[in-house]
Amino acid sequence: MILQPAALALQLIALLVSLMGIFAGYYGIKILGHWDPASGSEGQLELERRTYLVSTIMSYILSFELMSLFLFIYTADDLHSLFTGAMCAAGTLAVNSFGYPTLILKILNFLLAGVWLIVNHADNRGYDYPLIRVKYRLLNLVVPLLLLESGLLFAYFAGLKPDIITSCCGSLFSHESGSFSGDLASLPHLAMQIAFFSGMAITLASGLFFYLRGRTGYLFSIAVTVTFLIAIASILSFISLYFYELPTHHCPFCLLQKEYGYIGYLLYATLFGGAVTGIGVGVLMPFRKVGSLSSIVPAIQRRLTLVAFVCYLMFTLVTIWKMIFSGLKLVP
Amino acid sequence: MIELSGITKSFNSGKANQFTAVDNVTLVINPKQITVFKGPSGSGKTSLLTMIGCMARPTSGRIFLRGVAAAVPFQQDGVEVVEITSLPERFLNDIRRSTFGFIFQQFNLVKGITVLENVMLPAYPTGEGRADFRARALKLLEQFDIVRLAGQRVELLSGGELQRVAIARALINNPSIIIADEPTAHLDSKLSQEFMTIVGCLKGEGKSVLIASHDPIVFDSLLVDSQVEMRDGAVVNSRSCR
Amino acid sequence: MKRAVERHLNILEFTLASLLRRKVKNLSLLTMYLLVIFMLASLVFFVTALKREAAMILNDAPDMVVQRLVAGRQDLVPAEYAAEITRIRGVTAVRPRLWGYYYDALNGANYTVMASDDPNTTSDKAAIGAGVAKVRNLAVGDLLPLISYDKAPLMLEIGTIFPSASDLIAADMIVISPRDFHQLFNFPSGQATDLAVSVRNAKELPTVAAKIAVQFPDSRPILKSEILRTYQSVFDWRGGMALLILASSLLSFIIFAWDKATGLSAEERKEIGILKSIGWETSDVLLLKFWEGIVISLTAFLLGVVLAYGHVFFLSAPLFAQVLKGWSVIYPNFKLVPVVNAYQLAVLFFLTVVPYTTATIIPCWRAATIDPDAAMRY
Repeated sequence: MILQPAALALQLIALLVSLMGIFAGYYGIKILGHWDPASGSEGQLELERRTYLVSTIMSYILSFELMSLFLFIYTADDLHSLFTGAMCAAGTLAVNSFGYPTLILKILNFLLAGVWLIVNHADNRGYDYPLIRVKYRLLNLVVPLLLLESGLLFAYFAGLKPDIITSCCGSLFSHESGSFSGDLASLPHLAMQIAFFSGMAITLASGLFFYLRGRTGYLFSIAVTVTFLIAIASILSFISLYFYELPTHHCPFCLLQKEYGYIGYLLYATLFGGAVTGIGVGVLMPFRKVGSLSSIVPAIQRRLTLVAFVCYLMFTLVTIWKMIFSGLKLVP
Repeated sequence: MIELSGITKSFNSGKANQFTAVDNVTLVINPKQITVFKGPSGSGKTSLLTMIGCMARPTSGRIFLRGVAAAVPFQQDGVEVVEITSLPERFLNDIRRSTFGFIFQQFNLVKGITVLENVMLPAYPTGEGRADFRARALKLLEQFDIVRLAGQRVELLSGGELQRVAIARALINNPSIIIADEPTAHLDSKLSQEFMTIVGCLKGEGKSVLIASHDPIVFDSLLVDSQVEMRDGAVVNSRSCR
Repeated sequence: MKRAVERHLNILEFTLASLLRRKVKNLSLLTMYLLVIFMLASLVFFVTALKREAAMILNDAPDMVVQRLVAGRQDLVPAEYAAEITRIRGVTAVRPRLWGYYYDALNGANYTVMASDDPNTTSDKAAIGAGVAKVRNLAVGDLLPLISYDKAPLMLEIGTIFPSASDLIAADMIVISPRDFHQLFNFPSGQATDLAVSVRNAKELPTVAAKIAVQFPDSRPILKSEILRTYQSVFDWRGGMALLILASSLLSFIIFAWDKATGLSAEERKEIGILKSIGWETSDVLLLKFWEGIVISLTAFLLGVVLAYGHVFFLSAPLFAQVLKGWSVIYPNFKLVPVVNAYQLAVLFFLTVVPYTTATIIPCWRAATIDPDAAMRY
């Protein structure tokens, strides 16, 4: 158990997000069960009013998730001095087995909440509530994950006892470590670089094609998702090295620090922004032909594609820029 | 043209205090005319107008708007009829904003802000540039001869002035149909006459006007094209005055 | 895109006008909000500044201190220990330290008395901290009488007074010569209170500590990093405790905000009814309420943070000082060095604005879903 203002703040947010999630999920189930747009009955009118509440709650959840994601990493970094051997956030998160699952779930929930809002946006533009069932089924998938995330967060902070010897960045991401993160870091630089740049190239090309021609949307969306994972592996494997200018420091969190010009915020903002919008394109693909949405969805998809394209392009450009101008040269 | 078919509105359905405000009304309202809904209070006039004006949805029945398609953003080209009863609130609202202007019994002006701001209020959420609708509001104030009041708070206005502000506000989004609910209930005879003169001008501009009233100055006016008489939620008599 | 921006601007403008129209209600809300943020911000600033202060003091502390334990209590360290530790590989110097506490019956204060390492320190001279100078009303050149263990007075002339700026530790300090120290406390010679050990390479500290612990089973080596960690966690703990106590005020504020948001006045309900009747949609009213929350939150947040900054860094946090620094008669009178960063502000934001916003979601939605035809049903 740790009584630190930021830890308390994070647990407070988790509590609020859970409560909001339960509330939204409850009305989601009610809406799924009793929805009848043809009726003008008072019950239906009440449900329609509730949809505004659920959308509002979800947009708040999305922004809270995004803000608390960075606060979580920052807090982990701040707390590292309490744990012998922890040099930064990477070490603090490894103090007990709940740290990394919480982080991964936070990212996942952010992406899901973003996708939900994209679907919601499309649904609101159709005059016959075309996606109402899709939307609330998706909601019922998101809510349990939100609750799980909060549970993990509480478990993580409850299990933090200052002074447990933990691994620091250096050893956590070292070649000897057999852990998941260690494996990523030990991926060969050259292979990762090839995977990263070809992934980005395929994503950008398919995005451009989809933007111009309106075809191969699924390909683009899958490329975005796969490249998102490759990009995170690449940050661990080689991108971080160029920024730290150290051949052994693989930490994905120190990039967020002042010493590196807060470049991490730009990298992660573009990566997450691109992922949410790019996945959104794919999720909307099945609804291009739905009557009331046939002219709306393609327009929304084009805009999402543009955002995803620009985000990923920026991520790539920043990476290339640093690879050229970094003091570190990785010789494959 | 507005077509109503089997419109029913009931409240507290399924409970002991259930009551039906509008009962199975079928009606056609012609465009570019003045139509008066006549009847005692509680006869369902106001409820009917709120449903026509996209403020509330009927419990059952259908309402068709013909010839307003241009004002409906999602409508595809070439479709002339919009069936409004099954639309979600945000679409009803779009139609309401662009097609209908409302004048209320109590005028319903917002206290504490100026006449000009009151007139502009319906345009705020449309996303139109402020300068554009401000110019239009000033033009309307000029048309009704109340430009000098533009900067005044509405609390300080006389009844006649309030009425003109309310009419100007109803016109700010340039609607094709004006709905007025008991507009002369709080006016003396002179002002009621004046109101009918203004309504005549609006009709002259090609707008449809729907008025709910039990004031003889309104329903006996020579300007009125058709009368719909209501009682207990049902139409008892509907006739053209021409 | 342009339309969406215009819509926001138009509604925001109306929001500002509405807030100003209901001055009394909004001012009371703002005041409560401000007060809560002020308290929390003062607390967070203060704790962070103290943590930094502690870290700075420890900067000058030795990397390792070796104590001796007898029956679980700290005891004096014989001088031979120092000689033997010096021989351990990697150790560069071992410095026996002489220090203790002196109770001043005149004003009930405890001073920390330390023997100087400086061989040039002359007897009958003392260097004192600003806190001691203040309670005893002393200036350089004055005489400070201390009572020895055998009640014989020891007269010391004040040579130096440590500057008071930013010093938690030196405030209650009296530094005297080793000879005077032995005389004052009847301190046995050939012994030390503890040993300060310097090591060439900081990475070898744990190894050296382990060797010392093996060689002298009754010794207790303490590393600076351990002290630092303990300090951090103590301050975090204290800050967290105080926060939990303040949580009750936060909670009552949230209830207050909820109440304010739920209890829409008849006039406000009517106004929203009018807006909806003339063509505002539920999401437009939600947007209006959202901007209202943002304007109130940001105003309260900025003002609260600025006031807390003044309270902590200019006035030295009179409201919290006693609780958080520890209690003593000689209270170190120092100005904290301002430390404010985005992290603290984010924590504050999460502790105040986020719960407030959450508490107002449902009341705002209730207000926004007033039926548009309600305005016609009067």
